[in-house]
Amino acid sequence: MKRSVNRQIVISGVGGQGVLFITRLLAEAAIMKGFRVFTSETHGMAQRGGTVLSHLKIGDFSSPLIRPFQADGLIALKSESILQHGAFLKKGGWIFVNSPKKSDAGFNTYVIDADAVSLKAENPKSVNLVILGFALKERKDLEVEGKSLFCTFEDIKQVLAAQLKGKGKMLDASLSALESGYAVSIK
Amino acid sequence: MLGNEAIAQGLLEEGCSVATSYPGTPASEILASFVKIKEKNSLPAHSQWAINEKVAFEIAYAGCIAGLRTAVSMKQVGLNVASDPLMSAAYMGTKGGFVVISADDPGPHSSQTEQDSRLMAMMAKIPVLDPDSPAQAKDMISIGYDLSEAFEIPVMLRPTTRVCHSRQDIEAGKFGSFEKKAVFEKNPSRWAATPKFRFRLHTELEKKLEKIAAYEKTAPVKLNRKAASKKAVIVSGVAAAHTKEIMKDLGLWDKIPLFQVIQPYPLHRKFISSLRAGYDEVLVIEETAPVIEMQITDRRIVKGKLDGFVSGVGEIEPEAIEQMLCDFAGLKKEKIAIAQQPGRRPTLCAGCPHRASFFAIKKAAPKGIYTSDIGCYTLGLNLGAVDTVLCMGAAISQAEGFYHAFKNDGKRPDIVATIGDSTFFHAGIPALIDTVVQNVGFTLVILDNRTTAMTGNQPTPSSGFGASGETLESVDIEALVRGCGVKFCKTGDPCKTKEFIPLVKEAVSYAREKGPAVVIARHPCIIDSRRAGEKTEKIIVGITDACEGCEYCIKHFECPAILFDNDKKRAEIDPLLCSGCGVCVNVCPKKAIVIR
Repeated sequence: MKRSVNRQIVISGVGGQGVLFITRLLAEAAIMKGFRVFTSETHGMAQRGGTVLSHLKIGDFSSPLIRPFQADGLIALKSESILQHGAFLKKGGWIFVNSPKKSDAGFNTYVIDADAVSLKAENPKSVNLVILGFALKERKDLEVEGKSLFCTFEDIKQVLAAQLKGKGKMLDASLSALESGYAVSIK
Repeated sequence: MLGNEAIAQGLLEEGCSVATSYPGTPASEILASFVKIKEKNSLPAHSQWAINEKVAFEIAYAGCIAGLRTAVSMKQVGLNVASDPLMSAAYMGTKGGFVVISADDPGPHSSQTEQDSRLMAMMAKIPVLDPDSPAQAKDMISIGYDLSEAFEIPVMLRPTTRVCHSRQDIEAGKFGSFEKKAVFEKNPSRWAATPKFRFRLHTELEKKLEKIAAYEKTAPVKLNRKAASKKAVIVSGVAAAHTKEIMKDLGLWDKIPLFQVIQPYPLHRKFISSLRAGYDEVLVIEETAPVIEMQITDRRIVKGKLDGFVSGVGEIEPEAIEQMLCDFAGLKKEKIAIAQQPGRRPTLCAGCPHRASFFAIKKAAPKGIYTSDIGCYTLGLNLGAVDTVLCMGAAISQAEGFYHAFKNDGKRPDIVATIGDSTFFHAGIPALIDTVVQNVGFTLVILDNRTTAMTGNQPTPSSGFGASGETLESVDIEALVRGCGVKFCKTGDPCKTKEFIPLVKEAVSYAREKGPAVVIARHPCIIDSRRAGEKTEKIIVGITDACEGCEYCIKHFECPAILFDNDKKRAEIDPLLCSGCGVCVNVCPKKAIVIR
């Protein structure tokens, strides 16, 4: 019998940012921890710079899609995603958003300028991992209500190492991107 | 596993010896995963990308006639291309098991139509299985082979986007045996049947269907045993996955019987009569056409698409199912109205060679009619360089159609067709020959980026390698075009703007006077060359104060790396996105985009 932890998370951005990759990492982390998992992903034409949306459901579900007002959280690789996909969130849901500006979205919103972090590291294609690293920071306020991500920074590092096995340079760059996001403090 | 990986895993666990496909969203990863798993485990199965779905179907079908288990996969519109062999294969039947996987795309997310492949199964008279999840799709491969071999009939598996592109935790099983040897027993009255024998085969097919409509393993399943009511809900495919979860959330699980249909066609006869006998009202939720619903002949008890209770278009989203269940069960629920914010429209990648080709075409034939085709370059419509997109290969035949339509006009428009290399091979060649025979004055630009880009960079017949990267023969596009009888055929690099624009101009003026002219725009796909780790000289560009904010570059070039700063009223380069192709320096009318 697999352990039960129910989480519904929306991950969104635009094609080319690597939404699918971090969805995959989170799904693999869930499997590694013995949870049941469902994701639904956007492939095809939208991957050419269009809006890309992933649904991630951990726990006892049979449908791959999240209904409006059901999501625990949103990971937004573009700030415009909050307007587009904020309707999925429950009251009191959390948002991790990539934006240079403060957000007034009204949820538990945590902002990181992941574009700037990745540019500074001269790894502009790593925005996805930077924000994921940031989202994995331990947060007391979310833990209390049992709404945090279902996995830890160490879990994702382990999954990343397995996914990019044999791709030494890429793995190093990816780990360092993840760590750079994790190192950013919450404002 | 991704749904498509689960299907591939299922095929190999069932000992599928031949798998063929032509790429198309949402089916593309089925063959790609088949190859990956097969290579990793050194399984002796044959797998290949075929030139189109018809050819893919016929290769796999011959394999099953020789007694092997085989499969062909494609997207729903691909099945249109393969429909000719499908209809006949249903009559002739199979020896080894044969599974036809046709992935539908309700929405549509990445397709021209929302057509329901289950209707094609009905037309061909073959059974079709409708999975609700990656795990069930994998199980249905096993059921499908058993069914196919029990009745010597092709079986269709019809997953939808939400099955193909869902990921689920699934345990892999043991691989099947690949020891079976191919045996072809000659039987011309079956494998080469003339009309007289076809009639006999059709009669036999009807008898098979009668039995399949009573086949135990694919009968509809009542999911909630305890529920009893005079109302019932019938679901199939991913609608079943949504409905299960929502009925539990709404507290209807123990109240209203929920039946999941495994095999929408032929619908089990006993099930149809049990509905009539046991229920006053049944709600049918399925995607996309009312296939199950139409077979429930007592219309008085059915709610569904035919009476407008369920929408007949688009994907059935879980929130819509929630609303339907509440209405059906008489539960009160506030209607949820969500203001949908428009998302970003897709665009060609920064550095995509197609953008450069379209820019040249608009310069060479500014008032032309631009017919185009299926692929990334469909996005040329954002640039005003694509006027028509019908189906695979139609860029060329529609160009011919426009030529004939305007033939008697005093001033005929220039007609420029664009088609990708893979699409040209798929369905463009017969059309091109037709334009030679009819001496059609039009320009064809073959956008040769040496890959099938939109679906995930699968090889084309000119790539020189196959599905697992193995070396194969390569077909020379120039020689092929010349072989079709085209007299003007020149190749250029679209990213060398200064040479490429005159080349397209030359072709357009040739076409005006003499007949079909072909330009091969050859430059590798940027995604492909990045993946291959190819290093190219990066040209760093910037925008000078000469920029007047006219937005010409934004409207006519639409590169994601050129942004418009609304505060400063001028264009800016985004260094995160710029690929360094340098094409844009030739675009600005004020020469404000410069090399730094």
